[in-house]
Amino acid sequence: MEGSGSVVILAETAESGAPAAISLELLGLGRDLADGLGADLSAVILGSGMGDAARELAARGADEVIQLEHASLSTYNPELYQEAMLGLLKSFTPRVLLAGHTAMGQDLLPRLAFSLSCGLVTDCVGARVEGGQILFVRPVYGGNALATQRVTTATAMATVRARVGEAKAPTATPGEVKVIEASFAAPVRLEPKGRETLEDRECPLEEAPVVVSGGRGMGGEEGFALLRELASLLGGAVGASRPPVDSGWAPSTCQVGITGKVVAPDIYIAVAISGSTQHLSGMSEAGKIVAINKDPDAYIFKVSDYGVVGDWKQVLPAFTAALREAAPEQGGARWA
Amino acid sequence: MGLRIIVCAKQVPDPEGPPSSFEVNASERKVIPRGIPPVINPFDENALEAAIRIKESVGASITLLSLGKSLSRAVILKAVAAGADASLLVEGDAFEPSDLDSSSTASLLAAAIEKAGGYDLILCGRQAADTNAGQVGLGLACILGIPAITLAQKVEVEDGRVRVERVLPDGYEVVEAPLPALVTVSGELGDLRYPSLQAIKAAKALPQTVLGPDDLGVDPHGLARVETVGLEAPKRERSCKLVEADTPEEAGRKLALVLRQDKIL
Ligand SMILES: Cc1cc2nc3c(=O)[nH]c(=O)nc-3n(C[C@H](O)[C@H](O)[C@H](O)COP(=O)(O)OP(=O)(O)OC[C@H]3O[C@@H](n4cnc5c(N)ncnc54)[C@H](O)[C@@H]3O)c2cc1C
Ligand SMILES: Nc1ncnc2c1ncn2[C@@H]1O[C@H](COP(=O)(O)O)[C@@H](O)[C@H]1O
Repeated sequence: MEGSGSVVILAETAESGAPAAISLELLGLGRDLADGLGADLSAVILGSGMGDAARELAARGADEVIQLEHASLSTYNPELYQEAMLGLLKSFTPRVLLAGHTAMGQDLLPRLAFSLSCGLVTDCVGARVEGGQILFVRPVYGGNALATQRVTTATAMATVRARVGEAKAPTATPGEVKVIEASFAAPVRLEPKGRETLEDRECPLEEAPVVVSGGRGMGGEEGFALLRELASLLGGAVGASRPPVDSGWAPSTCQVGITGKVVAPDIYIAVAISGSTQHLSGMSEAGKIVAINKDPDAYIFKVSDYGVVGDWKQVLPAFTAALREAAPEQGGARWA
Repeated sequence: MGLRIIVCAKQVPDPEGPPSSFEVNASERKVIPRGIPPVINPFDENALEAAIRIKESVGASITLLSLGKSLSRAVILKAVAAGADASLLVEGDAFEPSDLDSSSTASLLAAAIEKAGGYDLILCGRQAADTNAGQVGLGLACILGIPAITLAQKVEVEDGRVRVERVLPDGYEVVEAPLPALVTVSGELGDLRYPSLQAIKAAKALPQTVLGPDDLGVDPHGLARVETVGLEAPKRERSCKLVEADTPEEAGRKLALVLRQDKIL
């Protein structure tokens, strides 16, 4: 069967309708795995009117793109997506199915894996081919250990974190796009009743080049106003460790860590954060890490590139003011 | 009695323990907890809290289900005392965490649930602090053939349906499903209440069933689909340039300059 034994990535679109950054990264990772296995690389995209996104995926390294279309797939609905994918996977058996460790990937892949009796490895921070097998690397025990795992079933499934794969440049000859009308076998039991948006999508945390995060030591909401000021000066976004979210000083959409968002900005500024394993799991891949903490023994200094030992109430306003004064000619990229 | 709720609660080494308390044994591919007590997985505590809130609003009986090699009775007792009505423990050497994967765990829990006699709602944590997998809840629902909703920050039951506020990266959505159903619960739901000493005493008298590997009729060997072939400690440490000055204000200004000089900002 065509497509059997192939590497398949499950793509998603960003708000703009273009393929999400994670999907281009998955294509990059998928290409490396496909080359290692001597297999083809396919992408699947579900939705309604996904033609442009599908063509973009075909131009970005997929040998084949399956555009699984249905009006009812325009937003993620677990059971409809599950049924549509199960219908598709009747016709071929991929060697591996990769999805992003995103809201959709986390919800959908376990459903698919258990329906098809396939092994699934979630939250991967690495994947490689070794001796003809795919090895997945993922954090366990809250990030206190990294496990290398392999799947023993014919199809392996995995969800992969952002920024693990590297997007590749467009190819000269784009792959083929195949449009398939989705069909649904089982009745749907889940009923969506509307959604509430809380986060400012102007600067989503995961895409911000600079993230300024506050921890328990901020002591309250007021401190977060200063963090926002610094973040907006740097064209970045505000993050938080879990305690400020639990205390209501910052919205839950700000949480960085193993149960919050995983970010890898160019610069991560951690203010009054001790550096728990759970927090580090969400930001240790940042380009440069800067820590401000009054405790010289705080673990965060061990994992940072720059640090100031001191009370943020004194350090932070002076830091922000100095940055503002030292700002290069207006309109510099990161200073806009 | 009415609504029957099962809360799946796993015992894990306290995830808030310092990194030094998680010894990585590479040759046995196991993490060995050192000097930290077992606790109920924090998200399973959130799930139990969700169950207790439902019990308070519409009435329910809550059974705490835990599977493990050897389960701390003190930890179970304290959880049950927070507001459960019974506990079902599945215990045995065969249930060593490092020998089970998500799929074998889900099969074992499903078998235990079949033994428990009826349920209307099953609540799980969004993920276990040791596996970090987030699979068992959805797997269990698939095996039992019931609808599943993940990442709840609020769970309500009304007229034979469950209504869930489901956490999204930029907010939340509301999703409903007919009972019986399974819901996985996220930290946003809120912390588990503390039981009173009196409640802990009273909880000792609540029914507790203990099952062994032979009672389930499921052999976990051969069920696993994922194998751990290596384990290592993460390497995260960097060398930190500490910026020092006479006053904290000066240190803050100097940090700005250093970051500018090094072309970081
Ligand atoms: C299952 C599970 C999942 C979790 N998931 C996450 C997660 O996704 N993200 C997350 O962040 N946490 C998570 N946690 C919580 C985590 O274990 C830690 O409790 C948390 O990260 C600690 O946050 P913190 O560093 O802000 O607070 P603390 O550890 O209390 O540190 C506060 C720091 O502030 C410093 N400080 C205090 N006052 C000042 C001041 N005036 N000026 C300068 N410094 C000051 C102190 O020196 C200290 O280092 C999770 C925990 C569990 C069990
Ligand atoms: N051994 C166990 N005993 C009871 N519940 C469990 C067990 N393992 C997993 N669970 C449940 O399944 C959830 C998800 O586990 P996991 O897929 O390992 O992240 C947990 O939060 C628990 O609710």
